[in-house]
Amino acid sequence: MARLIVPGDVVLLIGELGAGKTVFAQGFASGLGYEGQVTSPTFVLVQQYEGRLTMFHSDMYRLGSLSEVADLGLVEIGVEGVLVIEWGDFARPVVGSDFLEVVIDLDGEGRRMLAFTPVGESWERRATLLAQAVGS
Amino acid sequence: MGDVTPLPGTALFRSTSTGSVPGTSSPSPGLILGVETSCDETAAAIVERGTTVRSSVVSSQVDLHVRYGGVVPEVASRAHVELLNPVVVSALEEAGLDRHAPAIDAVAATVGPGLIGSLLVGVSAAKAMALAWDVPFVGVNHLEAHLYASFLAAADLEFPMVVLLVSGGHTMLIVMHDHGSYGLLGQTVDDAAGEAFDKVARFLGLGYPGGPLIDKAAVDGDAAAIRFPRPMMDEGLVFSFSGLKTAVVRWVKEHPGCSSADVAASFQEAAVDVLVTKTRRALQQVGASSLCLAGGVAANSRLRARAAALADEVGVPVFLPPRDLCTDNAAMVAAAGWWRLQSDGPTPLDAGAVPSLAFPIR
Repeated sequence: MARLIVPGDVVLLIGELGAGKTVFAQGFASGLGYEGQVTSPTFVLVQQYEGRLTMFHSDMYRLGSLSEVADLGLVEIGVEGVLVIEWGDFARPVVGSDFLEVVIDLDGEGRRMLAFTPVGESWERRATLLAQAVGS
Repeated sequence: MGDVTPLPGTALFRSTSTGSVPGTSSPSPGLILGVETSCDETAAAIVERGTTVRSSVVSSQVDLHVRYGGVVPEVASRAHVELLNPVVVSALEEAGLDRHAPAIDAVAATVGPGLIGSLLVGVSAAKAMALAWDVPFVGVNHLEAHLYASFLAAADLEFPMVVLLVSGGHTMLIVMHDHGSYGLLGQTVDDAAGEAFDKVARFLGLGYPGGPLIDKAAVDGDAAAIRFPRPMMDEGLVFSFSGLKTAVVRWVKEHPGCSSADVAASFQEAAVDVLVTKTRRALQQVGASSLCLAGGVAANSRLRARAAALADEVGVPVFLPPRDLCTDNAAMVAAAGWWRLQSDGPTPLDAGAVPSLAFPIR
């Protein structure tokens, strides 16, 4: 999936505690060619990884309001790379009109269901490729 | 400023080139003013020669954060601006120093890692004070500073030392060969230990900050009630706390009406078990002469007790930070600043804040 990513892309990861958002971000970074460790950004708020593109990995878990989300300046720093945002539903109003939403659902048996929703022109254009990439 | 006219331009050059380095030039009392603004706390402290705390003032912003359930950057940086001056003045006055012309030897401030807006408040203020009082500025790594909280009041350190650094943002095992000389033994591959405490506490509805609340709830719980997993127990010196957090969430969902105290105690036992097991392995691997705990989770009473027992069993001394200096404070910054001044000299005034600064391995 990371092969489809172009500079300026935004990926919102949505799912409850323990759904696997950080694990998704780890695989995504690896898909971008980053070979080091990707750890949870909950406390540090933004981490940066250099792969084919720079990945900015952020987390809204501890933030309380939109003005605080905006204060991180995510959209500004993400222009040249890709933004991957955990608890991304809280960031939706500040990331513009083009983004990919990934919802991770964890059922009672520990199985995960991932739903990919392309939003905006840039992602809708890539919808077919995305469907192929994630095998649906 | 002596007899030189204090023009801003001349002061800039004078301060960077002629600030006296304690220990290398004239004898001095070795007083360092430390400033810390990297995250939740606005703090200032005066520490003598890296060991004796003359004052330590922390204007905790936890009250603000309780409302939001976490750290709030916008609130944090604005609050740092408002709180820093009164906090510095209190630290100077409590140490018996003149607030207008304190007889200090350097100003140290945390330059990273942390939130850029918050870091800049402390760094800019520290540089301004260093210029005004014509003393060196020293940039300090926040992670390294946490170690120095454990060395306050400690007479002799014994190297090599194994350090378990555990906080909300980091979980690392470090070998310290000497002041300023470190190797990384292992760290977390996903969540930090403190983060797991925080998320479990919030999930159980205990509140924020999670660490002390789990500690407190666990007192009334049975640590053997639930056998939570000990992730990566057999795998070297790396940690993983994400799976443990998920296991707690899943168990609680499957057992509505369960005792929060039992969950807190059992979770804490699992987390501490992993930390202590890996630390024992590190002590043996390094052939360490001492053990040190550092970071916010070092305030956890169960971890302190188990670490002390471990050190006793292995036969090495253990350095535990005073509880009030486990979380962010400026005394640790002033102490680390003293040692950095000895080894590296003053930090140039054009050096900036570094939000993603790593632990200084070398």
